[in-house]
Amino acid sequence: MEITIETIEHVASLARLSLKEDEKIRLTSDLKNIISYVEKLNELDTSNIKPMEHVIPMKNVLREDIVNASYDRNEILKNAHESGEGGFKVPKVVE
Amino acid sequence: MEICKLTACQTAEMIRKRELGVEEVTKAYLDRVEKLDTSLDSFVTVCNEEAMDSARRVQKRIDSGEAVSKAAGLPIALKDNICTMGVKTTCASRMLGDFNPPYDATVSKKLKAADTVLLGKLNMDEFAMGGSTESSYFKITKNPWDLERVPGGSSGGSAAAVAADFTTFALGSDTGGSIRQPSSFCGVVGLKPTYGAVSRYGLVAFASSLDQIGPITKDVADCALAMNLITGHDCMDSTSADIKYPDYLEFLKNDIKGMKIGIPKEYLGQGLNSEVKEAILNSLKQLEGMGAVCEEVSLPLTEYAIPAYYLISSAEASSNLARYDGVKYGYRAEKYTDLLDMYKQTRDEGFGDEVKRRIILGTYALSSGYYDAYYKKALQVRTLIQNDFNKVFKDYDLIVGPTAPTTAYKIGEKSKDPIQMYLGDIFTVSANIAGLPGISLPCAKDSKNLPIGIQFIGKAFDEGSLIRAAYTFEQNTKLDMEPAGLSTLI
Amino acid sequence: MDYEVVIGLEVHAELATRSKIYCSCTTEFGGEPNTHCCPICTGMPGVLPVLNKKVVEYAVKAGLATNCNIASFSKQDRKNYFYPDLPKAFQTSQYDLPLCFGGAIEIDVNGVKKSIGLTRIHIEEDAGKLIHDAWADGTLVDYNRCGVPLIEIVSEPDLRSADEVKAYFEKLKSILEYIEVSDCKMQEGSLRADVNLSVRKRGQREFGTRTEMKNLNSIKAIVRAVEAETKRQIEELEYGGTIIQETRRWDDNKGESYAMRSKEEAHDYRYFPEPDLLPIVVGEEWLSQIKAEIPELPDQRKSRYVEKFELPEYDAAVLTSSKIIADYFEAAAAVNSNVKAISNWIMGDLMRAINEKEIEFSNIPVAPEDLAGLIGLIDKGTITGKAAKKVFDIMFETGKKPMDVVKEEGLEAVNDEAAILLAVKEAISNNPKSVEDYKAGKKQAIGFLVGQIMKATKGKAQPQTVNELLVKELEK
Ligand SMILES: [Mg+2]
Ligand SMILES: [Zn+2]
Repeated sequence: MEITIETIEHVASLARLSLKEDEKIRLTSDLKNIISYVEKLNELDTSNIKPMEHVIPMKNVLREDIVNASYDRNEILKNAHESGEGGFKVPKVVE
Repeated sequence: MEICKLTACQTAEMIRKRELGVEEVTKAYLDRVEKLDTSLDSFVTVCNEEAMDSARRVQKRIDSGEAVSKAAGLPIALKDNICTMGVKTTCASRMLGDFNPPYDATVSKKLKAADTVLLGKLNMDEFAMGGSTESSYFKITKNPWDLERVPGGSSGGSAAAVAADFTTFALGSDTGGSIRQPSSFCGVVGLKPTYGAVSRYGLVAFASSLDQIGPITKDVADCALAMNLITGHDCMDSTSADIKYPDYLEFLKNDIKGMKIGIPKEYLGQGLNSEVKEAILNSLKQLEGMGAVCEEVSLPLTEYAIPAYYLISSAEASSNLARYDGVKYGYRAEKYTDLLDMYKQTRDEGFGDEVKRRIILGTYALSSGYYDAYYKKALQVRTLIQNDFNKVFKDYDLIVGPTAPTTAYKIGEKSKDPIQMYLGDIFTVSANIAGLPGISLPCAKDSKNLPIGIQFIGKAFDEGSLIRAAYTFEQNTKLDMEPAGLSTLI
Repeated sequence: MDYEVVIGLEVHAELATRSKIYCSCTTEFGGEPNTHCCPICTGMPGVLPVLNKKVVEYAVKAGLATNCNIASFSKQDRKNYFYPDLPKAFQTSQYDLPLCFGGAIEIDVNGVKKSIGLTRIHIEEDAGKLIHDAWADGTLVDYNRCGVPLIEIVSEPDLRSADEVKAYFEKLKSILEYIEVSDCKMQEGSLRADVNLSVRKRGQREFGTRTEMKNLNSIKAIVRAVEAETKRQIEELEYGGTIIQETRRWDDNKGESYAMRSKEEAHDYRYFPEPDLLPIVVGEEWLSQIKAEIPELPDQRKSRYVEKFELPEYDAAVLTSSKIIADYFEAAAAVNSNVKAISNWIMGDLMRAINEKEIEFSNIPVAPEDLAGLIGLIDKGTITGKAAKKVFDIMFETGKKPMDVVKEEGLEAVNDEAAILLAVKEAISNNPKSVEDYKAGKKQAIGFLVGQIMKATKGKAQPQTVNELLVKELEK
């Protein structure tokens, strides 16, 4: 599939990035170059190879169902750009 | 005696013997940072008052005869993607410019518990994406050997600060070479531990399956000391290995007789700067002289490691960095029309170019219809690369080669071409792909008087052998490691 | 045109763990906004998840109780999308390797039994809550619920009517209650359903285009939404329109659904394996431990009631439909062997009182032993059935013991023949018309006279004695 400016617009929208026109153009050519470079992987036959999701062979890392004290709310909210009434504030959400 | 020239081990011992005071040492480092870092730009945040406060507290503990760690009183500094409660943690991004974590990373906690003194937070490539520390939103860190050159990256601030004697040691993080390559560029020792050996809790995630925190130190003994402080199982990190961790200081033995070392022929091939190649070949002779058995081996998939790495790391990053949306913390755009627009403007303005490039690549690689072709393919190649290493490690104790294909380059020289920049990771990414430990230490200097790094890669959780080989090499290789660029400032 | 509706349900059940799925914050319902939170469940930079063991055990339990296969190897994945209630901008869920798969449960609609397939049960985390009325110009985000563990139970598109949907949902709810993995409180959002619905012409093989209705949180709403959406789709097609595949929101007040604006964009969730969490491997030993904890399930209990208590199928089904009711029944049956009377009382007066007073079954003020005691008083003739109703109402009101109420209210049955005879004679002399009717062959006229006698004795006269004496007097 050819990578076009529409590709970038679609991917940017999935990633919630509002790109300026010059950024779109630059990223189109960057992504084209990078994708044609990574397609080098197609030289390798991986048809029966298991994808490696974890580099260490561990499993069942679990914690017991124990409650510990939560954080002070002020600590949770203190880095927010906008907050009040004990909550984070975002522009009106229309559902 | 110049306090800041001492190694961490020397300093700690003198503090314990009351030959040096913690406040005195802390003050010496803070003064040096204040005087010289205006030219180097290695720190994002300096904790002047907090550092002096904790220095006083630690000294009190020492004076009262309380049991203190072997590192008590050491002033240290952390890469700015390691969370520190009450001290800004910015990831060198506009996005987290004011972020003040209400929690400590596990390593921060451990270092505090070991009575070290936090001097401040170190510059890096934005969100650890880069190899030159040029993508920091705040400043470009300079290489102490030549102020017109990059210190490498992404832990460039950490490597430069250690090389400049701004701290007894520093921590960095390594996703594709980000500890080892800047250590090589700045002439210091940097170790990326086995994936799972150091807790990632509180390390701001770039690529979760590849990231590891590790020490950057003045010499190999300091590296062992720092490893003792940061390794260990952590129940806050599901990927933390629950094994018995050794005392790394016990591996400081000047002896590699009979050690079997493999040199992958792919690590000496095209793209390698001729001076670097010569230095590595020389080092191999030295290693043989020290009693090691060095033989050529092959890691045929080396050239595939970079594309696999960029797909995996960018895909994970696109998801890890999605949380920066202007709601809970961090930057929010000034102007926006509604929620969706707030997200888009915030992320466009809050992230720099390289970060956006990787988010785009990663989002693309995971998107509907492309997952199998790119992301899954890369994970399959990951399996093949690990198999490659397993084969070699059946017969060899260590793998050796250059850390980076070149020495430090000029600021601005490579930042325009992403692929050129990515190729700089050719010798380091494989260890991340396979989760293996790797150490870089200086082995020579080139004709421009810039340090050249040699890298040892070991078996999983065999950092001990890395430290032993690196220590032996260091003890038998006399190098003048006084950074030339810095001396012009003094 | 004759249409058939095809429905599949995705049911989300909050698990009854104490702590959240990936951190140790409480799962308690409610609380001031953002007070059940920590850096992990609010997605702060650098934090990492560690899976709650109970979540796996509860999900496996649910799988076993619904005849699922339990995956020997299962993993967690990230589902990526942006929404303010999702602090990490991904939901940790399961994609291609869910914990449980391929199950089925049996439903019964008006005596017709049918097996409904379960595609899968997977574990995932709940999102936060958006509060729209805090400000005029903004929405408040509360992360208390963020990270509360959920299981998502996905059915096959096997349901064909609102009745089947209701039966399926109630059966599922009952199973989850029996195995005690969820409190299933729908009004607190512990249990909610998404309905996937399409219609097709009867006989047509392919499915029609389906819509999804999100977050239905009462059985009534589910039934109403299914009925309304079926009607909407059929009408749309009848008038030559087409169905658009979309997510719709059900407005239970208005009784209609509308397309959700925020979900307009075609979703591309970019699922990938969660690198921060390791595989879940449920081995033989662990599995048999969990199996051992599964209690008797509704269907098994129902059979037992039919066999052991000799109750009619219908009674057994109603009593076992909820574990709390069934437990109540058994507690009563343990002290009084008149199980049919207990069953009648539970299905009759008890249910009626609960519905009238709108209280939860778990909060019934009448202890099961006391209901059994009340029935015992009737059986012994201490009180009449009529008086018992009054006693019960007072017990329900006050929680008092039956005998105490009987005494306080003076409701002991009168079995004193002389006193009853007096009342009988009075009734006969006061109602000559009824007596005449009776004598003319209208035997039902006796009912009125009995009523008069009971009234005169305040319902305390033994009905049998009343009948005997009355007939005797009339036949004189
Ligand atoms: Mg779901
Ligand atoms: Zn929490």
